[in-house]
Amino acid sequence: MTLRPDDTQKAVRDGARGEAAALAFGLLERYAEAVGAERLLAIAGAHIDGCLYHGQVSLDFVRRFVDLGGRVAVPTTLNVGSIDLIHPEHFRGEAGLRRDGEALMHAHEALGCLPTFTCAPYQTIFRPRFGEQIAWGESNAIVFANSVIGARTERYGDFVDLACALTGLAPATGLHLAENRGAGVVFDLVDAPEDWDRNLLAVAVGAVVGSRTGERIPAITGLPGDLTEADLKALGATAASAGSVALFHAVGLTPEAPDLESALRGRTDIEREPVTGSELRAAVDRLSQVAPGTPITAVSLGTPHYSEAEFSTLMNLIAGPRAKVPIYVNTSRDIVEKIEKNGWLSDLASGGVSLVVDTCTYLGPVMAEAAGPMMTNSGKWAWYAPGNLGIDVAFGSLADCIASARAGRFVRA
Amino acid sequence: MTPRILVAGEGEGRPLALAEPLSFWGGFDAATGCVIDRHHPDHGRRLEGCVLFLARGRGSSSGSSVLAEAIRRGTAPAAIVLGAADGIVVTGALVAAMLYGRHCPVVLLPEAGWAAFLGAPLLAVSADAAGVRMVPREPAGLPRDQSTAPVSR
Repeated sequence: MTLRPDDTQKAVRDGARGEAAALAFGLLERYAEAVGAERLLAIAGAHIDGCLYHGQVSLDFVRRFVDLGGRVAVPTTLNVGSIDLIHPEHFRGEAGLRRDGEALMHAHEALGCLPTFTCAPYQTIFRPRFGEQIAWGESNAIVFANSVIGARTERYGDFVDLACALTGLAPATGLHLAENRGAGVVFDLVDAPEDWDRNLLAVAVGAVVGSRTGERIPAITGLPGDLTEADLKALGATAASAGSVALFHAVGLTPEAPDLESALRGRTDIEREPVTGSELRAAVDRLSQVAPGTPITAVSLGTPHYSEAEFSTLMNLIAGPRAKVPIYVNTSRDIVEKIEKNGWLSDLASGGVSLVVDTCTYLGPVMAEAAGPMMTNSGKWAWYAPGNLGIDVAFGSLADCIASARAGRFVRA
Repeated sequence: MTPRILVAGEGEGRPLALAEPLSFWGGFDAATGCVIDRHHPDHGRRLEGCVLFLARGRGSSSGSSVLAEAIRRGTAPAAIVLGAADGIVVTGALVAAMLYGRHCPVVLLPEAGWAAFLGAPLLAVSADAAGVRMVPREPAGLPRDQSTAPVSR
């Protein structure tokens, strides 16, 4: 497959927008050819998942563009980094990692990226609009933008997302194109557990759909009509962890799926697969490595980053006895500013909540407690924390998490 | 069924097909070259130096960095065969080549075409503009006619 850039794009390749943009174009061109694109399209924004220090390669890559005087061509938000720059004292790792992690975050700012440092850019003022072409990294952000907003992005890895931002271009392929956005399978919820709260149900559905859908875009029917944006965010984040889901259609809930027909984009030969209550219960059980009753050392919420609405829900739950173990909540510096204005910070602190910004508790040495088990209501955190932190996870609803924090052990309703 | 080039390079190692797709980020440790996803059936398996067969990509988009860092450190697979094109894997290999000149070829070959290669003790993969070559080999220093002979002292 050969890429056919138009004249404006050829000019970028030939250095009209500087050496950094030309180098980025070269990478983008080879990537586009690898994924089978024949042309590039203009994007309105980018979200960069390159701030997380994964080793020397992370810094070497960005510095190459900084050294060439590169600047992003479109509004570009930044994903979480390795360090909470607002509360650097929380960082418990070695000095070298802290230095390199901070350098990486600042190097991205030097390219003109916005210091949002959040995995939930859809909760900032740079939230894209329906139908807008964007190039986003970070799996939960990608699935949210495509599914809940109806913006259009492929699954970008770090490096390519920055190449898109530096050129203002993306390969015209996959989910950028309307004809590729129809569902390829329908999951029908037949008997969702009645006693579950909505968020727990969303995580369970995300886990099942993520593991069963494979490369197909899933449509989901039978979800409660009152699922909130926070619930859909949890569903997508879990589905993108358990599988490679970049777009789902929640029929009756998400913008490209007012009804099943729209979600299928006219196709009638789509397979329907039932999802049973017992399968959902089993999926939730698999997210825990320990049994109820086991002592826990901490609770972690906010993966993806907590929104103002989610803090509001938490505020109602933490009024009461103080937690015996710390409750960490990951969020962005922007959201902290909002909840500070709301006057919520002191109640959160007295309820035992520690805020973590710019980063996430499962990414590195942020929490004072090094050993688990730790509890979460996040399907994504439950998926990755055992591998990343080497701990056992207890998984439950938000109410379970707060009850567990107060009891100092894993409590499940 | 012809393999197609995704990223150029040459690599040789033992062929290894994982039981399930792997997310390099959160699922693979660039320091040790091993699978660290505890949910994965191949948890603990060492991927360094193998020719890795993956049905498709999976999981977080940070996988590109982890793969590129592993290629830089020399803990990555020697080559990767994908059943379906995956931008995350391709990008990791492209960037390692761009920054360090270290090449981990990535080729596309649908799963139905894997059987001919998975049984070989070693597999050499090379991919360039001229095409993709995948050649089964015996281990170095062990010619085929002696490989099954009894050991004499």
